[in-house]
Amino acid sequence: MVAVHKSRKDMPLTPLSSPTLGSMGKTGYWRTFRPEVDYSKCTRCTLCWIYCPDAAIERREDDSPKIDYDYCKGCGICANECPVKAITMHREEE
Amino acid sequence: MVTIKELPQEEYLLKGHAACAGCGPSIALRLLFKALGKNVILVVPACCTSIIQGPYPYTSIGVPLQNILFESTAAAASGIVAALQQKKLEGVTVVGWAGDGGTVDIGIQALSGAAERETDFIYICYDNEAYGNTGMQRSGATPYGAWTTTTPTGKRERKKNMPFIMAAHRIPYVATACPSYPIDFVNKLKKAKEIRGTKYIHILAPCPTGWRYTTEKTVELGKLAVQTGLWALYEIEYGKFKLNSPSDRLVDKAKRKPVKEYLALQGRFRNLTEEDIAKIQKWVDEDWERYRKLASNYLL
Ligand SMILES: Cc1ncc(C[n+]2csc(CCOP(=O)(O)OP(=O)(O)O)c2C)c(N)n1
Ligand code: SF4
Ligand SMILES: [Mg+2]
Repeated sequence: MVAVHKSRKDMPLTPLSSPTLGSMGKTGYWRTFRPEVDYSKCTRCTLCWIYCPDAAIERREDDSPKIDYDYCKGCGICANECPVKAITMHREEE
Repeated sequence: MVTIKELPQEEYLLKGHAACAGCGPSIALRLLFKALGKNVILVVPACCTSIIQGPYPYTSIGVPLQNILFESTAAAASGIVAALQQKKLEGVTVVGWAGDGGTVDIGIQALSGAAERETDFIYICYDNEAYGNTGMQRSGATPYGAWTTTTPTGKRERKKNMPFIMAAHRIPYVATACPSYPIDFVNKLKKAKEIRGTKYIHILAPCPTGWRYTTEKTVELGKLAVQTGLWALYEIEYGKFKLNSPSDRLVDKAKRKPVKEYLALQGRFRNLTEEDIAKIQKWVDEDWERYRKLASNYLL
């Protein structure tokens, strides 16, 4: 897959940028509301996966969503689009 | 015809990128990679995507991408296409990916030139209907009545019809799309990839930051734009106009939702009067009269 540089020092001096996970850091810190999945309701339709602007939802073996809270910004699109309301948003603890 | 589950799980828009929460263009960008795979070279001018890429020396994009001046997307893409041909490198899709400002305003001459030269590439305008990167100034794609920082009381002019301008170049493929309809967009990209010549796809991509709505409504608003008929999903293939699902079921006015349902969810339309809304509704109905005629075998 893509090379991931651990630090600036690993990079040659160049006008090229390298593909990096978390180019803006752990964007999960931006989150105000946290999506939570009720797996007993989920029908494995994968709509939440395809609509996530942050690629922060992965598909588990059975196609149910696995949310990566390190990067999920808490936009709530997944909860809004889930046809069976299996995803709900909860305010993060202070 | 693919289904959502069949789309590849590899991601080339990497997590932890710089887009605002709920960014519509980011959904479209993810879908682009799902449709075209990794053998693409993107050309991106100054726009929100050049921010989403992340700060040097990092990038959130997992494929080769060239950043270029605001006005030069199609010119730079033309150069890359020529270089690939010279080097006899096949199987690489060159994609110009620019915002509405970079397309319908400042980039239009480079794009028009590339189209006239029949340059073999896909050009995508992701339209968030304002200059997002610089804080939401009006563009030629901003719709009538919308607030932007340079139209504080609402824009008084209408949105440019860029897909039709591109169709007037007699290019082989023009299409509209919206990330709320992922399969439609993916199919159009896959089709465009197989056609030689200039392909133009215009995506309406809702932007919570500029359109003033809460982040979870991005996909919902894209659907409403289509269901009200304000944004129609269509293709113009070798001059032949065709409405795509679900727009093809909306020719009858009774099937379309009132535009008010779409406008009322967005803060940027807060100052619209009832007359403004009636005007917008009338324009939409007129557009659909044109779509109906075009769809019944009229060549553009
Ligand atoms: C010649 C030139 N003029 C102005 C700018 C400043 N500028 C950078 S991005 C941008 C707005 C881009 O708007 P758009 O193309 O709609 O993309 P978006 O940011 O909305 O994604 C502007 C005005 C520039 N980079 N170059
Ligand atoms: S301003 Fe709009 S288009 Fe730009 S990154 Fe933010 S949500 Fe996306
Ligand atoms: Mg824009």
